[in-house]
Amino acid sequence: MSFYDEYEKLKELPFDRYFQDYTEIDVRRVLQKQRMTPEDLLVLLSPAAENLLEDIAQKAHELTVQHFGRTILLFNPIYIADHCVNLCTYCSFSVTNQFQRSKLSMEQIEVEAKALADLGLKHILVLTGESKTHTPVSYIADSIKVLKKYFPSVAIEINPLETDEYKQLVEAGVDGLTVYQEVYNEEIYKSVHVKGPKRDYRFRMDTPERGCEAGIRQINVGALLGLDDWRKEAFFAAMHARYLQKKYLDAEISLSLPRIRPHLGDYEPKSIVEDRHLVQAITAFRLFLPRAGITLSTREPQELRDNLIYLGVTKMSAGASTEVGGYSQCDAGTAQFEISDERSLAEVQQMIRDKGYQPVLKDWELLV
Amino acid sequence: MAKDLLKIGGVELNSRLLIGTGKFNNDALIPEVINSSQSQVITVAMRRVDFNTSQENIMKYIPKEMILLPNTSGARTAEEAVRIARLARAAGMGNWIKIEVISDQKYLLPDNYETIKATEILASEGFIVLPYMSPDLMVAKKLEEVGAAAVMPLGAPIGTNRGLKTKELIQILIEECEKPVIVDAGIGKPSQACEAMEMGAAAVLVNTAIATAGDPVAMGEAFKSAVEAGRTAYLSGVGGVAKQARASSPLTGFLSM
Repeated sequence: MSFYDEYEKLKELPFDRYFQDYTEIDVRRVLQKQRMTPEDLLVLLSPAAENLLEDIAQKAHELTVQHFGRTILLFNPIYIADHCVNLCTYCSFSVTNQFQRSKLSMEQIEVEAKALADLGLKHILVLTGESKTHTPVSYIADSIKVLKKYFPSVAIEINPLETDEYKQLVEAGVDGLTVYQEVYNEEIYKSVHVKGPKRDYRFRMDTPERGCEAGIRQINVGALLGLDDWRKEAFFAAMHARYLQKKYLDAEISLSLPRIRPHLGDYEPKSIVEDRHLVQAITAFRLFLPRAGITLSTREPQELRDNLIYLGVTKMSAGASTEVGGYSQCDAGTAQFEISDERSLAEVQQMIRDKGYQPVLKDWELLV
Repeated sequence: MAKDLLKIGGVELNSRLLIGTGKFNNDALIPEVINSSQSQVITVAMRRVDFNTSQENIMKYIPKEMILLPNTSGARTAEEAVRIARLARAAGMGNWIKIEVISDQKYLLPDNYETIKATEILASEGFIVLPYMSPDLMVAKKLEEVGAAAVMPLGAPIGTNRGLKTKELIQILIEECEKPVIVDAGIGKPSQACEAMEMGAAAVLVNTAIATAGDPVAMGEAFKSAVEAGRTAYLSGVGGVAKQARASSPLTGFLSM
């Protein structure tokens, strides 16, 4: 049993009819409830809910403050390699894009780590492209060991691995795993992941579960909005998170809904996700999963990020670089995508304080 | 009349309100909340403490006279809780420890079995152990047996502000436990803290309700008053609750004349 079995049933739901039939009365009824069912989530994601977005947002704000306080955890991505064997139509790292590929040596990783740690960051997310030749598990494990000297919390966003491989990384010090399904619609998934191991939809969907089985404590899932109808994608992502929360009681589950950003290549999003739709998805998540973390990347523009702080977001990247060696300039890389919010960590911290929130740099340490 | 002091692990406390350091929008508020609440014990999540960075270290906001109650938040097994406790003591945070062993990340309910194991190990190492627990009489008795200095049942899941949902079970613990019963988690309003104290709880620990209030400093003071009122009511002997009206001038009083 995996989430795939649940997905197989969920995908048969008559989404279009539901979304068309729900009314504001349904939304108001759902807003009165303390615990939400999957159908309540659909109501919150429906067009009818757009007219009651402020009421939904107020409730989302209250729940977030209640469970997380007025705090925002800050983290940063650190790209250590951009070699990739996949052909994904929407990504700069895609194998068909011609640019000088990089991979940091352990010495360079240490330089990069120092540059980031000097800023005061304690939580990082390690990223690579997918290439088991250039970045085998042993390379990732060695990198983690170097990074652990500087950061109490190290998460990974790398190619999907087997459970035993994740166990090796847990032993090296990994405590978090981010893996986006990218798009839950299986047909679209096959069409945008043209070549490479990433084409295996099922293997990717089961990845968070292999991470949980290996003992990774924090799991972040989500969908890359723009590849299919955002209402359905948000629904599947939330159902995936709920499935993991129920099955793996000891895993801390987070969600993110990044939107497609400009990149190398000419992919144009199929579905335009407006700011108010992103707000609707995020606030619906909060009502459906009050205890789940919600992560926001620097893909989103400054003003939107500032306002999303009130609406359910609990973690943000800040002062991020999406290129290999981007913090120390130890190696000139190519950005995976363009970031929108280019403020420094210090500027983001100040903005959070100005909003009446506390920027948290350290909220975790694996004591082994 | 003797002063009504709370004794935990041989230490006498004037205040029966324990507070926390999580969820504040600004840690600089903590000294003011300590002052307004008159609390003497403050719990700190060890995972939040950063000994390497002075400007972001939560510890710099806690006055020296406070009794530190480091907690093992983040621990999912007894073994992890024990490690965190030892680290806290080695870091100079004293020998009080609040055991939190939580493996359920959805409701944040404590794992009573692992909590008993951690309590036994740490009490034998000389820690003053305050275990956070789901209210269960046999677990509370076992915790006392293995050396807990108090027991800390939840009123409702952490951060829910739902009040004393486990009231009947906490009442049993209060009646049966030898060690102080400190209601921890779930208290969302001063009136609920007052109710816990009226029931006979030895103390309450409040974090979310203070830290997320519009004015945490004023809310700290409100909780102080509520806890004192509830304690005074308890000591005064709260009147019994009857299902039917009972006349203050009984009709059958003449029979005993």
